[in-house]
Amino acid sequence: MSHPKLANIFLKNEDRVNWHDKALWFVREKRDAAVNKVKGWEELREVAASIKANVLSNLDNYLLQFEENAIKNGIKVHWAKNATEHNEIVLKILQENGAKHLVKSKSMLTEECGLNQYLENSGIEVIDTDLGERIVQLANEPPSHIVLPAIHKRKEEIDALFVEKWGIKGGNGNAEYLTREARKHLREKFLIADAAITGVNFAIAENGGFVVCTNEGNADMGTHLANIHIACMGIEKIIPKMEHLGVFLRLLARSATGQPITTYSSHFFKPRPGTQLHVVIVDNGRSQLLGRPEFRKSLHCIRCGACLNTCPVFRKTGGYSYESVIPGPIGSILGPGIDMEKYNSLPFASTLCGSCTDVCPVKIDIHSQLYKWRQIISPKKGTSIKKLAARVTGKIFGNPILFRLAATIGTGFLRFLPGSLTKNLTAWGKGRELPKVPKQSFRDWYIKNRKE
Amino acid sequence: MKVGLFLPCYIDQFYPKVGMDTLQLLERLGLEVVYPTNQTCCGQPIANAGFENNSVKAAFHFAEQFQEFDYVVSPSGSCVYHVKNHYDITPDSKAIEKVRGNTYELCDFLVNILKITDVGAIFNHKVGLLQSCHGLRGLRLGKSSEQVADDYSVCTDLLRRVIGIELLNLSRGDECCGFGGTFSITEAPLSVKMGSDRINDHLKNGVEVITATDMSCLMHMEGIIRRRKLPIRIEHIASILNSTTS
Repeated sequence: MSHPKLANIFLKNEDRVNWHDKALWFVREKRDAAVNKVKGWEELREVAASIKANVLSNLDNYLLQFEENAIKNGIKVHWAKNATEHNEIVLKILQENGAKHLVKSKSMLTEECGLNQYLENSGIEVIDTDLGERIVQLANEPPSHIVLPAIHKRKEEIDALFVEKWGIKGGNGNAEYLTREARKHLREKFLIADAAITGVNFAIAENGGFVVCTNEGNADMGTHLANIHIACMGIEKIIPKMEHLGVFLRLLARSATGQPITTYSSHFFKPRPGTQLHVVIVDNGRSQLLGRPEFRKSLHCIRCGACLNTCPVFRKTGGYSYESVIPGPIGSILGPGIDMEKYNSLPFASTLCGSCTDVCPVKIDIHSQLYKWRQIISPKKGTSIKKLAARVTGKIFGNPILFRLAATIGTGFLRFLPGSLTKNLTAWGKGRELPKVPKQSFRDWYIKNRKE
Repeated sequence: MKVGLFLPCYIDQFYPKVGMDTLQLLERLGLEVVYPTNQTCCGQPIANAGFENNSVKAAFHFAEQFQEFDYVVSPSGSCVYHVKNHYDITPDSKAIEKVRGNTYELCDFLVNILKITDVGAIFNHKVGLLQSCHGLRGLRLGKSSEQVADDYSVCTDLLRRVIGIELLNLSRGDECCGFGGTFSITEAPLSVKMGSDRINDHLKNGVEVITATDMSCLMHMEGIIRRRKLPIRIEHIASILNSTTS
């Protein structure tokens, strides 16, 4: 379904819309408070954007450098062209080691690749261990937000879900009680896991190590207990040097949740004795994006979710109205690059207000890219009537006589049309009055009073 | 200094008073102002809908109409943003280059070109400023709430000097009102929700008059206000700045 259709479904429950909007605005305000304490925040964004630009311009070299150093450290490096290859590689590692129970910490890449379903189809138990992710997994839903996967759920709903799935006593939506129950449940899963999957926030080319950021310590719990650690990363996650890490760690958590830093920034360099450490490096359409100069900056993204929190469209229509693994403004520019047909309504789900661009810690020109996607999508996907209308309107705008004629007909139409008709017939009129038509236009007044 | 007055089509057709106020205000400040009567539209509506290529004629026509002026001034941040930022699609032309450089939004022109903040206006009302996004984040008429920098706003610089005005703070100072051009039609229920949330913010903070640099945002707000018969009204910033009687 298109964004407007899904948005209209979400908008039907205004209480819920207001609650969702407020919850995310609260996060945006926390972000504001945090970034305003950092001296040189704008310079930090600039530096981060420059590092990312450098990475993207030299990606081939940095990836090979990372691979070389990772192998030296004893890490097994795998390359996946697309989601299918990625899933096959992960399954193969698990099968070769007879692993049946898998714990996962948060990774948008594995969501993008549909890994959970793929592994479950092969008889492997996959448990998401990030609390929000676990909640949506239990509910059999995808994440609705890239940092706050269960932000669309109220405490009471989570309570009911835990009661249903785990047979525990209800806690009246008491967050602390529910978290304790989730801990008990997850402990059991951690203890029996044969393998742990994590995402990668930053992979460091110069030393072959990588960093995973979590707030719950679940990545560490999983990787420390299981004998196999598989880390999945998109090709754009590279940073050249260790000294660049601080720039991104300072930006990431502040932009995401308003914390100075994530509770855990876990560094992985080599496997513990007797264990395996794998890194799967995935392209899945990224190199295509890299080849499009007007859209390549979207690969700067560090998945902080700030553009989702600030976007009034996201806040008031929810993550599911995008029907995309990455929703919100960033998803709306990434989506069409992956499947233009499927995501063709997303670049239009924006007023181009530009808040996403200003909030972005790595300076992606999100709203400009939305505009650019519109220029590609409309001529291709627009109905013939829309295309004709655009051509005709273009002609009219270029010709003052036609323009006057159209304006006169237009306002004349509005002047005589009964209000009751416009109220119900037009999309504008369903919630708004049309402007009153004055006796004379400015131009008529000007000619009469200033030219004669 | 010869100034060309550019009015967005909806101001010409629906809000002629905003055009008159802009004209009178500029004249009151001693400028020679001409409204080229053959002007049409900057082309933004079709370009934002994704048909930029069809807007080239509009761009050329705009340049042709306004190339003779020292400055082009418009009571719309959105249209000016379009001229300045999206006229890059046309082949190189001196006229296009000139208008991209010398077209200004009204408040920007007053504060940054004329260096005037006190325009001698009187307006005895409690006012809330709706930050039109293209002016704020596109033309940088003020600091957006996302940026970390010293606070500034050409609109508040001007409004603060108006005698009798009480400029009120809002809970969400620069959240989008949801107009967004064709967005107001293609995503109509969302657009209305965004608009009514903005109006509620103004109401909650005691605002009597909502003002903005863009009449398109205000037209959208007014539509909701009138439909719901809310105790608040709209006034373009040009009309406040041109108000000289209490």
